[in-house]
Amino acid sequence: MKQVTFIAIAVTALALPGAARAQQWNSAGLPQSALAAPKTNAAPAPKRDIAGIWDAGGTGIAGPGHDSAPWTDWAKQKAASYKPGNGPRAVYENDINDPLSTVCDPTGFPRQVLYETRPFQIVQTANQVLILYMFERRWRVIWTDGRSLPKDPDPRWYGYSVGRWEGDNTFVVNTIGTDERSWLDNAGNPHSGDLKVEERYHRVNHDLMELTVTLDDPKAYTKPWTPRNKMPLTLAPANLDLMEMICSPTEVMDFRKNISDRTNNK
Amino acid sequence: MKATLVGVCLALLSVLAISAPVFAHHGTASFDTTKDLTLKGTVTDWIWANPHCFLKFDAKDETGTVRNWAVEVSNPTDMTKRGWARSSFKVGDMVTVNLQPVKNGAPIGRLKTVWLPDGSALGANGPPPAPAAPPQ
Repeated sequence: MKQVTFIAIAVTALALPGAARAQQWNSAGLPQSALAAPKTNAAPAPKRDIAGIWDAGGTGIAGPGHDSAPWTDWAKQKAASYKPGNGPRAVYENDINDPLSTVCDPTGFPRQVLYETRPFQIVQTANQVLILYMFERRWRVIWTDGRSLPKDPDPRWYGYSVGRWEGDNTFVVNTIGTDERSWLDNAGNPHSGDLKVEERYHRVNHDLMELTVTLDDPKAYTKPWTPRNKMPLTLAPANLDLMEMICSPTEVMDFRKNISDRTNNK
Repeated sequence: MKATLVGVCLALLSVLAISAPVFAHHGTASFDTTKDLTLKGTVTDWIWANPHCFLKFDAKDETGTVRNWAVEVSNPTDMTKRGWARSSFKVGDMVTVNLQPVKNGAPIGRLKTVWLPDGSALGANGPPPAPAAPPQ
C-alpha cells in the first residue's frame, strides 16, 4: 500500500504544473505581491501600440517542433545531417548536434518565435520597433521608417525586418535574408536563405495579443505554412524584471560532461 | 483495489507524458520511461545552469555499491517559477530522489520529485501536494 500511496503522490506532483504552477518570476528587489495582482484589464487595445512585456506561457515552448509543409529534395538533403533532440527524428541525447543547444550558436530567426517563445519586451521608437527576447537575451530591430527590404542581402542570423500597421491594432512584420545555418525548431526542420517570414501581431485588447507566423520558403517547402496561428500572448506586469536565459558554452560543456555524454546506447 | 489505483496512476502519467513539454532541449529517447527509481543519497553538487539544472548525489545501489548520480530538471527560469532556487540544495544534504533513469544503466536520469532534509519536497514540474512524505 505504501508503494501505491507513493505512486499516487508522485503522480499528483506531476499533475500539478497545469493546475497550480506558480506564475512567479524572480524580480529582484520587488515583492512578489507587486507582480501577483490579477489582470482584469480587457479594455480596448490602445491604437498602434504593442509596447510591453508579452508572455506566451507554456504555449510558446514548442519543444517537439511543428508539423511542417512537405520538404523539398533540397530540404531533405539539408536536414539529413541534422540530429535533433525532439520530434519524430529525435536521437539520443549524446548524438544531438543542434547548433543552438550543443555549441550555443544563435537561435536565429524565425526559430526565436517558433521554438521557445519565452517572454519578450516590445519597445516602440519613432522609426523602429525593437523586440527584446528573454531567451538568449537577444533583440531584433524592425524598421518602421518606410524603407524597403534590401535586395539580395548578406545573410544574418536574425535577417532584415520591416514593419507596418494594418489598421490600428495589427502590426505586420516582413523578414528576409536569414542565415540558413539556423534550424527552424527543435525538431530539426531546415530553412533556406530564400525564406520569407510574415509575423502578424494582432492586439485583441489591452491585455491580449495574438501572433501568427507564416513561412514561405519554396526552396525548402512545397508550399507556405503557418506554424504559429493566433498564438495568445498575455501582457505581463510592466515592472517585471525578466530573468537571463543564456546559452553559455561553459555551462553546456559541463552539462555534456555530466549528463549528455553518458547517455549513449552504444 | 491496488491494481485499480496503479492503473489510474499509470493512465495519468501517460497523459502527462504526452502533454507536458517539460524538457524542451531534448526529448525522451535516452530515458527508460518504464522505470521509476527512488534513492536515498547525499548531495555532492547542485548545478543551477542552462540548458538544464542538475543534481548530483551519492547513493548505494542494490549491491551496496555507492554510485554518483546526476539527475536533470529544466532550466533556471522554469525551475524558479516552480519554486526551486540556486539555494535549494547544499553539498552534504541528505535527500530522497524519485527519478527516471536512462536506458544504458549509467547513473543518469531525470529527477521527478526530491525530498529535502527538512521533509519538504520539490517537484520537477511544480510543487508537490502536502503531505509529501518520502517513501519508506
